[in-house]
Amino acid sequence: MAKVFIYPATSLILSDLVARHGHTPLSSAVAIRERIQTPGLESPPLQITPEEPKKGLKWAAVEVPAGVRGRMALYGPMVGEAEAAIIINDADLAFGCMGCARTNELIKFLLRQKDIPKLDLNYPKNPDEGVRFVAAIKRFLDELGGAR
Amino acid sequence: MTEYRPVHVGTVTKYVVVESFDVMPADLAIRGYEISQGAMIKETCFGLVVSGKPDEVDRIVEELRNMDPDHIFVKDRGFPPGDARRCRANLGGARPGYHGMEFEMTVIPYVSHGLEELKKRDAASVPAPADPLAHEALDVADLRKLIDAQES
Repeated sequence: MAKVFIYPATSLILSDLVARHGHTPLSSAVAIRERIQTPGLESPPLQITPEEPKKGLKWAAVEVPAGVRGRMALYGPMVGEAEAAIIINDADLAFGCMGCARTNELIKFLLRQKDIPKLDLNYPKNPDEGVRFVAAIKRFLDELGGAR
Repeated sequence: MTEYRPVHVGTVTKYVVVESFDVMPADLAIRGYEISQGAMIKETCFGLVVSGKPDEVDRIVEELRNMDPDHIFVKDRGFPPGDARRCRANLGGARPGYHGMEFEMTVIPYVSHGLEELKKRDAASVPAPADPLAHEALDVADLRKLIDAQES
């Protein structure tokens, strides 16, 4: 059972398809859950504390905005433990402020730097592309092996 | 700063999203309540939110998925159902994150079609999708069209 990083990290489709084929999707919900279930100082809504931008220094330099470093404290460890990655390249839903946009760029950069199997896709736009999309993901995940 | 005491520690929460002609969220909810042994289940417009101990949630989700496997999709959620920090009842407007799901709901029928088709044919025989990283050069005919479209 491989840990597969999905981009966008909130994707319902990727999260479902990865779990459906017996692997573990690494999504942002898992990182958020970890924070909101950990006692500490109240910092709503996501329990992102001033500690997070400090942790983010592992992936982004100190002059990089705190928004990027704070987000990297969520995604960086998941990129680190990922054994494979599926990236959707035309995910407009991942659009956001500069913090989100630059974090997205950095995540994709880190994934491409990492020596792991990667699958690049676009969202399907018709039924035929849907078949190709699902088949590509199935082949990719089957090749990883160790499915549950 | 005040002390933060988390609730529902050790639980997981999952969305069960249904995009089906045969199964409605209410059907899922009734089935979920039937088989639940202590998990919290909330019915929504798009499906269910199921929260509880990991094994229990996995069992319920697998059972619900069997109702229409190609049209029911599941993903993790960070917050428990009705959490004041996320629930739209407290915030007004759509829940943050709903818009992403709303977009993917427009794509899900194609994914469902793909899942159905792959039951009838081998995935290895399906051609690979177009590589999104491939650099596509501008076709000469398209370039001519652009030039002609310009005002002189």
